[in-house]
Amino acid sequence: MFGLEKRDYTLLIIVACLTMFAPFILNPFPTDSAMAQFNAGYPDLMQRFVIFGIFAIGFNLLFGLTGYLSFGHAAFLGVGSYSAVWMYKLLGYNILPGLFLSVIVSAVFALLIGYISLRRSGIYFSILTLAFAQMMFSIAYSDLIGRFLGTTITNGETGLQVYNSDPQVLHSASKPDIPHLFGQQMQSTYSLDIAGWSFDFNTGYYLCALIMIAAFYIAIRIFRSPFGLMLRAIKTNQTRLNYTGLNTRPYALAVFVISGMYAGLAGGLMACMDPLAGAERMQWTASGEVVLMTILGGAGTLIGPVLGAGFIKYFENIFSKINDSILHQWFAFFPDGIEDAVVFMIHPFIGKGWHLTLGILFMLVVIFLPGGLVEGGQRIGKLLKRGKKSEDKGDGDAASTPAE
Amino acid sequence: MDAFILQLLNGLDKGSAYALIALGLTLIFGTLGVVNFAHGALFMIGAFCSVTLSRILTLSYETVDETQKDFLGNPLVVKTPYVEKWFGPETGAAIIDWAVPLAILFAIPVMIFVGYVMERGLIKHFYKRPHADQILVTFGLAIVLQEVIKYFYGANPIPTPAPGAFTGSFDFGVLLGFDPNAIIYPYWRLVYFFFAGIVISAVFGFLQFTTFGMVVRAGMADRETVGLLGINIDKRFTIMFGIAAAVAGLAGVMYTPINSPNYHMGMDFLVLSFVVVVVGGMGSLPGAVLAGFMLGILESFASMNWIKDIVPGIDQIIIYLVAIIILLTRPRGLMGRKGVMED
Amino acid sequence: MSNTNFTRRGLLKTSAVAGAGLAVPTIFTGDVWADAHSGYLNAPQGSTVTLGFNVPQSGPYADEGADELRAYELAVEHLNGGGDGGMMGTFSSKALEGNGILGKKVEYVTGDTQTKSDAARASAKSMIEKDGAIMITGGSSSGVAVAVQGLCQEAGIIFMAGLTHSNDTTGKDKKANGFRHFFNGYMSAAALAPVLAARYGTDRTAYHLTADYTWGWTQQESIQAATEALGWQTANNVLTPLATTDFSSYVAPVLNSGADVLVLNHYGGNMVNSLTSAVQFGLREKQVNGKDFEIVVPLYSRLMAKGAGANVKGIFGSTNWHWSLPDEGSQAFVKSFGTKYGFPPSQAAHTVYCQTLLYADAAQRAGTFNPCGIAEALEGFEFDGLGNGPVLYRAEDHQCFKDVLVVKGKDNPTSEFDLLEIVEITPRAQVEYAVDHPMFAGGDLGTCNPGA
Repeated sequence: MFGLEKRDYTLLIIVACLTMFAPFILNPFPTDSAMAQFNAGYPDLMQRFVIFGIFAIGFNLLFGLTGYLSFGHAAFLGVGSYSAVWMYKLLGYNILPGLFLSVIVSAVFALLIGYISLRRSGIYFSILTLAFAQMMFSIAYSDLIGRFLGTTITNGETGLQVYNSDPQVLHSASKPDIPHLFGQQMQSTYSLDIAGWSFDFNTGYYLCALIMIAAFYIAIRIFRSPFGLMLRAIKTNQTRLNYTGLNTRPYALAVFVISGMYAGLAGGLMACMDPLAGAERMQWTASGEVVLMTILGGAGTLIGPVLGAGFIKYFENIFSKINDSILHQWFAFFPDGIEDAVVFMIHPFIGKGWHLTLGILFMLVVIFLPGGLVEGGQRIGKLLKRGKKSEDKGDGDAASTPAE
Repeated sequence: MDAFILQLLNGLDKGSAYALIALGLTLIFGTLGVVNFAHGALFMIGAFCSVTLSRILTLSYETVDETQKDFLGNPLVVKTPYVEKWFGPETGAAIIDWAVPLAILFAIPVMIFVGYVMERGLIKHFYKRPHADQILVTFGLAIVLQEVIKYFYGANPIPTPAPGAFTGSFDFGVLLGFDPNAIIYPYWRLVYFFFAGIVISAVFGFLQFTTFGMVVRAGMADRETVGLLGINIDKRFTIMFGIAAAVAGLAGVMYTPINSPNYHMGMDFLVLSFVVVVVGGMGSLPGAVLAGFMLGILESFASMNWIKDIVPGIDQIIIYLVAIIILLTRPRGLMGRKGVMED
Repeated sequence: MSNTNFTRRGLLKTSAVAGAGLAVPTIFTGDVWADAHSGYLNAPQGSTVTLGFNVPQSGPYADEGADELRAYELAVEHLNGGGDGGMMGTFSSKALEGNGILGKKVEYVTGDTQTKSDAARASAKSMIEKDGAIMITGGSSSGVAVAVQGLCQEAGIIFMAGLTHSNDTTGKDKKANGFRHFFNGYMSAAALAPVLAARYGTDRTAYHLTADYTWGWTQQESIQAATEALGWQTANNVLTPLATTDFSSYVAPVLNSGADVLVLNHYGGNMVNSLTSAVQFGLREKQVNGKDFEIVVPLYSRLMAKGAGANVKGIFGSTNWHWSLPDEGSQAFVKSFGTKYGFPPSQAAHTVYCQTLLYADAAQRAGTFNPCGIAEALEGFEFDGLGNGPVLYRAEDHQCFKDVLVVKGKDNPTSEFDLLEIVEITPRAQVEYAVDHPMFAGGDLGTCNPGA
């Protein structure tokens, strides 16, 4: 169906189900329970999951297929955000023009940067993309172009936002003062209460989720197409391809632009959910983050980047919010002395220490799961299968499972 | 003209920091073939060796001074360092004053040990893994190291002044016939420049003129053949990793009086040092040093006022601009070899 | 069917119980019913009220954020009737009773701004959407303050700004839901310039190094205007990239430029590094135009001054508050903070403590947590006893007007906290400005948004 093989079709359905039911899946704990801290099913974080999912899917098209490691992908994300906010400022709060422009503008940037950077390969390519991105970050952060022209383009470190004095030619009093799609506000949320649980259904999230499923579908098609095959060939042995008389660069450039458009789309969506474009989202650390997401999840796999994006954003948003008083609540059942000791032990890893926890987990995943989280999933799957088989056979096979 | 010479001096000084870090990075890459994203963290740990030593030297005993009050109105607790008690106030103060140069002696063993542990404990297992994995694991390590430092030392910069003898600046202009104050340069920065020169020469000399260095160079060129000759190249490479860590650490130790160290300083240098290494050419030691000095000098020139008047903000982007131009005109950086890290 | 922004978990929890009965699923309650009930977003239900403390916990300002967090915890303790009450005892308004706010126990959630506007907004959003925070406060930079203030305006939540010094926070970017207790660049300049003129003379030429972002620009503009009004000249203004760590190439040309004062419009790590560079170059021992060369740091922070070590000695600057202030309120605060944590509070800690108290007091006086009610209670509110003398929360731009401290680096510090000494307390009248002052023009406060 949809021109997909059965396996891919199943994967698409699974992803679609997961995103559609995310408000339930991500809120497994009752609102009042101590574990509610780990609930991630609130609109902002769910939106971030899928938006960064799109970003990582796009990055994986480039890195996973061709092996070209771009260290400047956040620049396209930033460009997308700025384009979208400029559309708000000029036209009005309907998100469609902004989304279109963000994809187009980021494609133009990707074409320019890709055309130049793809003249080199390996780490030289990485550093070229990094250099371009850092230049764009500096320009945005201090609004250098704006200063040159004597106007505001990026509004510096404060971030580009809409002011009441902006033209907004398509805006009228009857339309909402926040991003909307033909009147449907991105921020509007319905809450469903069942006993102690509460589930949020947010318009913006579902818009992002639909777009992500579409993006995922397109990514599958690219993976399975002859074009995708060609890209993999570039990764395997570019020199040999060149010797056969094939010019690989147009292929690489095409996927670079597609991947840049994914990033631009993600940036545009970020501005749709929250109408402010900050320069930090173009910094090299942001570019590094998407690299981490992709590799952590499993580069070159379809689902990996999405998992990696979720993993990192979860840590950033959930772990950084745990503080000592919450810990004391959790461990209140211990006697005082032990409670303090436990809190003292955990203290370095939560709240302001979330970077530390993330760093340690990175290392563990990279060391023990070279294929990323996807490999972890596969190993668990295998173990389960093996367990089942051995049950069927009824012999002691399981005991001799080799430790890997 | 005087402004030009002044920025040349500045550039040489900035360049020496870049060159030292890039040199260590290239040593690791050239010998072990590992892209070490934790190298900035090694620089940072070096700087904190200096902080740690000055903390050790200023370990104090407390006496209560009834005549003075602290902020809560209680009698003031006066701290006197033990070294002042043991060696007398003047010698003690002098020892504390010289904490940064003393930290060199402290940092060398510490850094070699840190490098050794890193290589044996972690990086060894990544030789056969893709570069992307190496980047990720060393990046993770960098985060962990800097967060550990943050946990113990806080996020604020910590002042570590140079010895009193090196405060103030040297008037070059007078030597060259300019007006007084036209070209002045701080003594400590001159020290840093010469120190960098010594370290760089020492590394090159070690590789060039010792048997050990010869073997390592042979190993860099063709690891397998050297292995076949029955030489345990791995062991030597481990030692080279330790030396590279020590080079980064020393760069950090001596840098502390120039900028108060904080836990984040490694990340600030990380991207830059990679740009330097790549502009110099992956795996080329002279390239790394050359590119370090070149980018330092260009950065300084770009921050001259009349240049900034023509192109605002050029000082923010010059390094990246130069990197792009060089990589497009010289495919493998200034002195890189073909085929290194191109796939 | 009308839609609303953000969720109201706390409310829904109770409404589910009260309206639909236990364990009966209320499918798609929506927020309509709830809004008619309370009229504003995240109305506290039950016996508690949740505040959101959004401070930098990672990145260069993490220590400042940690100090803010300590002050918040102290404020919450005092509001709930614990501890010695701190400045609640000296505060001129006696509405607070030490039983929480409006009888509801104060609880809080914390988040990490990372000193990035994106991350700060994400963190604030999660507090609003997930934790049902009724007020957001904190931050250690103006970019973040402006970004979060904008978010709170859109969402319909009160924002009590932490450490933010840019003119824009209550100028170009002012918002009806945002309030600032901290002083700003204009006030620093207005307080500092006369002191500088008195010490260094009116015949001076200044060279500015300015951090290349919004705060730096407004700070530089303010101080240049204030000093030029007193007869100073400005030799040059050089913008330095925020990421600069080595300022040597910006400091080196200063001595040869004809200027005899260097003004460092830097904050945080930038300030530490540029000041260290300037002192290293021996600028302070030099003479230019027959006068001793001087360095000025318009905005001081004790935490950051500590990073510059001995280099701050004798250098003038301004600060919002300092623990050595002798008034009753400051002493009470220093005592309760110092007793709890073992060291004196920073100005960041002071301003966020005041903001928390001011918010609680406003809610108490208004008798509601409705942002519009609170805004009304804060607008034009005059108070005393919070450490800066009599203070006015101006209604037109939500900026506090109070005395400004001119300080200088202490020559003989007696402890690691004793880095600054107060040179002059500039009276409030001298730092006041008109609402439509050109440096603050272009903004629009808008109307208060209760979010429902």
